[in-house]
Amino acid sequence: MLMIFGKPLPLLFGQLLLGIINGSFYAMLSMGLAIIFGLLRIINFAHGALFMVGAFVTWGLLTYLSLDFWWALFLAPVIVGAFGLLLERTLIRRIYKLDILYGLLLTFGLALILQGGFTNYFGSSGVSYNAPDALSGVVNLGFMYLPVYRGFVIFAAILVCGATWFLIEKTRLGALLRAATANPGLVQSFGVNVPRLIALTFAFGVGLAGLAGVLAAPLYSVNPNMGSDLINTVFAVVVIGGMGSIGGAILSGFALGIIEGFTDVFYPPGSAVVVFVVMAIVLLARPAGLFGKLA
Amino acid sequence: MNFGFTKAQSIGLMLMVLAIILAPFFFYPIVVMQVMCYAVFAMGANLLMGSLGLLSLGQAAYFGLGGYITGYLVQSLGLTPELGIIAAALGAGALGTLFGWLVIRRQTIYFAMITLALAEIVYFFAVQATRFTGGENGIQGIPRGALFGVLPLANDRAMYALVAVIFLACFLFVHRIMHSPFGQVVKAIRENEPRAISLGYKVEQYKWVAFILAAMLAGIAGGTKAMVMGIETLSDVGSAASGLVVLMVLLGGIGTIFGPLIGALIVVAMQYYLAPFGAWVIVIQGVIFVACVLVFRRGVIGELAVRLKTAL
Repeated sequence: MLMIFGKPLPLLFGQLLLGIINGSFYAMLSMGLAIIFGLLRIINFAHGALFMVGAFVTWGLLTYLSLDFWWALFLAPVIVGAFGLLLERTLIRRIYKLDILYGLLLTFGLALILQGGFTNYFGSSGVSYNAPDALSGVVNLGFMYLPVYRGFVIFAAILVCGATWFLIEKTRLGALLRAATANPGLVQSFGVNVPRLIALTFAFGVGLAGLAGVLAAPLYSVNPNMGSDLINTVFAVVVIGGMGSIGGAILSGFALGIIEGFTDVFYPPGSAVVVFVVMAIVLLARPAGLFGKLA
Repeated sequence: MNFGFTKAQSIGLMLMVLAIILAPFFFYPIVVMQVMCYAVFAMGANLLMGSLGLLSLGQAAYFGLGGYITGYLVQSLGLTPELGIIAAALGAGALGTLFGWLVIRRQTIYFAMITLALAEIVYFFAVQATRFTGGENGIQGIPRGALFGVLPLANDRAMYALVAVIFLACFLFVHRIMHSPFGQVVKAIRENEPRAISLGYKVEQYKWVAFILAAMLAGIAGGTKAMVMGIETLSDVGSAASGLVVLMVLLGGIGTIFGPLIGALIVVAMQYYLAPFGAWVIVIQGVIFVACVLVFRRGVIGELAVRLKTAL
């Protein structure tokens, strides 16, 4: 059997795949965080919890309404996004004028409420959700076997990240958003409804977390802690990529997923912490992150 | 020595000392000791949040490290309690020196997220270094030993006296520090950082020292709590403990001198009285966070101070 660094090649490919899968979720979540941070200047601590809500909504749509995965793929992000809109209109909107840290504390509280609430209702072990029939099974790529659903997740993540990047960097709406980030007062004076833009941006970023939750539902166990397990890593990814940089968030999301996957091969316990070590090193070399500008 | 207490603060201090003396007659002493330990922990966080506007989401790293150091030294090496707690302060201070050097140039949310990530690294070591920390089991059955090798602490009353002395010493120390020239510069930095820089103060060094002090207070708190409870586990070094101490500071009143104690009291009481409700404790903590941010930003002591038109 072909070996690299004393490890069998199929094992390395397997870990690479796992790394890219995890990286897909890091990328989607950190992109949403970066978009929200860019315009609202709020670190959304509830992002992981909303990701979890997305997964539960997916499960709920099937269990209570018999709507399958494909419906959920469309409906769950809309539902989570609408919930985000409600949060923004009722709570988050009230703290824009305050110190930036209050946003963090507020969303931290929201995360606790969501996580505790779902734990009360579903227990900490959660529920299970199966991949749709069309995406079950395995394909032989010659050098390894790829479960179809995992391939689909990677494909979907790249599509979502690419589309979002295009929307924000290349369209008129995106230009408006970036302008409002740079100078909200000026953009408002041109007749743009900036508060509405902010609310919709928050809903969009949160909807992305919901979408990631849908994709995660068949892959991981759907449980109340699935978001909090992930969110600290995602924060590190955002810092590494550079706060507010969307391209940076996407690239470092995938890169760190892969680094984590390979760490798991060579030093398994280290996979839990490698992201934070990378973050410390990056910050020493580049204080604003890889793609960020110093605030 | 002039501690610079105002009249209202002096009255508050007397009431506090009275409460500490009387509390063990009305409440379970272990719980009151726990409150005082958490209050010391919160004093450190308050030093960062209140005096510098720096929110650290990784204070549990120093709290947990302090607990592990005291637990390990007292149990495995047979050191006396006071040496164990001093070692906890020094160990946590050393870690704070290193981490502080990494984070102190960062502002607000960057600072918060980096402290959070660094604490994750410490948590990882706590899980992995099973010889030192006991991993998932933690360090169990930490003996209280004898203070200076002569005064046995196994009795809750003796332990209570020690914890009360440690708490009051830390309380006076923090207050004294904030009224020293160092503390005045720290306040100036919070009010107007560019101005402080232009006046020639090395702002980063001041922040760094404050960060180290906060870490040392967390270490003392963690070490003392490990002695009181006789056990040190991963829950003290995890991110939940970091969130809890922020909640205490927020509830008590950011930047107030009595806030940390009141915050610790409320949070510990909540944990005891709400324990039968399981995961609802988390929901209630979340609701308190949200409520504090939206309508109760001054906290209990802060509100009281405004009502009484004085600083507390």
